[in-house]
Amino acid sequence: MEIPKSFLGYKRENGRAGTRNHVIILPVDDISNACAEAVANNIKGTIALPHSYGRLQFGADLELHFRTMIGTGKNPNVAAVIVIGIEPKWTKRIVDEIAKTGKPVEGFHIERTGDIGTIMKASKKAQEYSQWASEKQREECPLSDLWISVKCGESDTTSGLASNPTVGNLMEKLEPFGVHLCFGETSELTGAETVCSARGATQEAKDKFMKTWTSYNDFILKEATDDLSESQPTAGNIAGGLTTIEEKAFGNFQKIGNLKFIDVLEPAEEPKKGKGLYFMDTSSAAAECVTLQAAGGFNIHLFPTGQGNIIGNPIEPVVKLTANPLTAKLMKEHVDCDVSKILSREMNLSQAGDELIKTMLRVANGRLTCAEALGHKEFVMTKLYRSA
Amino acid sequence: MSQPDLIIHDEKDNVGVVVIEKTKKGQNCSAWIMENDKTVKVSSTNEVPLGHKIALKDLKEGDTILKYGHDIGKVVKSIKKGEHVHVHNVKTKKW
Repeated sequence: MEIPKSFLGYKRENGRAGTRNHVIILPVDDISNACAEAVANNIKGTIALPHSYGRLQFGADLELHFRTMIGTGKNPNVAAVIVIGIEPKWTKRIVDEIAKTGKPVEGFHIERTGDIGTIMKASKKAQEYSQWASEKQREECPLSDLWISVKCGESDTTSGLASNPTVGNLMEKLEPFGVHLCFGETSELTGAETVCSARGATQEAKDKFMKTWTSYNDFILKEATDDLSESQPTAGNIAGGLTTIEEKAFGNFQKIGNLKFIDVLEPAEEPKKGKGLYFMDTSSAAAECVTLQAAGGFNIHLFPTGQGNIIGNPIEPVVKLTANPLTAKLMKEHVDCDVSKILSREMNLSQAGDELIKTMLRVANGRLTCAEALGHKEFVMTKLYRSA
Repeated sequence: MSQPDLIIHDEKDNVGVVVIEKTKKGQNCSAWIMENDKTVKVSSTNEVPLGHKIALKDLKEGDTILKYGHDIGKVVKSIKKGEHVHVHNVKTKKW
């Protein structure tokens, strides 16, 4: 198949391009959710991103909170941002960083005004942004404007046999076009950590990966009770035939094909070394992982599933594929790309990779994913430890 | 290129994955090895569902299960060739 050289995206002020054109209402903290949701309810064409945190966090945990908030606002799938927080200082910190992209952003704080006054002021600005964004047109963008993140979920053995290698095939075919790529799931590389580390493009990348994995694994060993039964692998994984974390890890690892990663990113960190594959230190829980990758600037996501994970994200479209013929049949409404014919050898890996490229480009051009059509918009912040 | 009953990732593997809805007791399964495109036969001792593993040789306690050509855990209860391999007879070496 000849791979198209471009897609239709929204060009942004900072030179990046989006596959979506969202106007988001971003609460800084849990107690500002009500206000943000009221604004999104008032003004059509906007979406609120409620979440559970943002108060009394400190240290690395607070930095991650800010990085996730700011990165979400900066993502090129977002046209404009309203930030609402209880206090002015943290609200302003987020607004100032998002503003560096050149996109419209304004912050509102609730103290000394109350919800109703804040909702009124923020709604006026949100209406202006929504109508402004609605006039934006899709334009031809080079394939290199795609920043593709990947994460698998509710995996089973069909993931490692076929749907994850399909993603790997896509990566091998698209890397020469200068795309950015990202995989994560630190804990779910356990058992394959040495093999994964060897894929670092430089000694620095290899060492950084090993340090990141070891730190995550030490934390799990410290907190684990007698075993991790039904957490790793999950009950769904086990029902699907996966027996151990090592088996799950080698299946997971198939997603990067034969590529090497050029750097290891902190959770929600934006890549800075140009095109190529990055590893991001993330939770292996689907919604947390995709939220972090979207905050890192990735604008389209590929999600292979075995038993049928149904996750979506509010700003980054999540394209789902499966090789499990039962999942493809019983959960059809969640599957964007069915590659189950690989198992019956009616389709080979390269054909499956081509199908996934076609599906992904249709989504990049504007087709709603199954998760978008079904209203999935899981926005889940990662919290590192207890608050002060 | 007929439809396989099992797929084996790597020639070194001692397990194969069921890729049909389930194997029947005593079914003589054809197993396709992805790595070298060979096909081998193994008789399924039990009914084994889609996605689950079948032993390709006799395995004893302490043996290592190989899949993708790599170590994916240890045998904790001996397994005969053709038997279902899962959490009842294999455990992680990690956690």
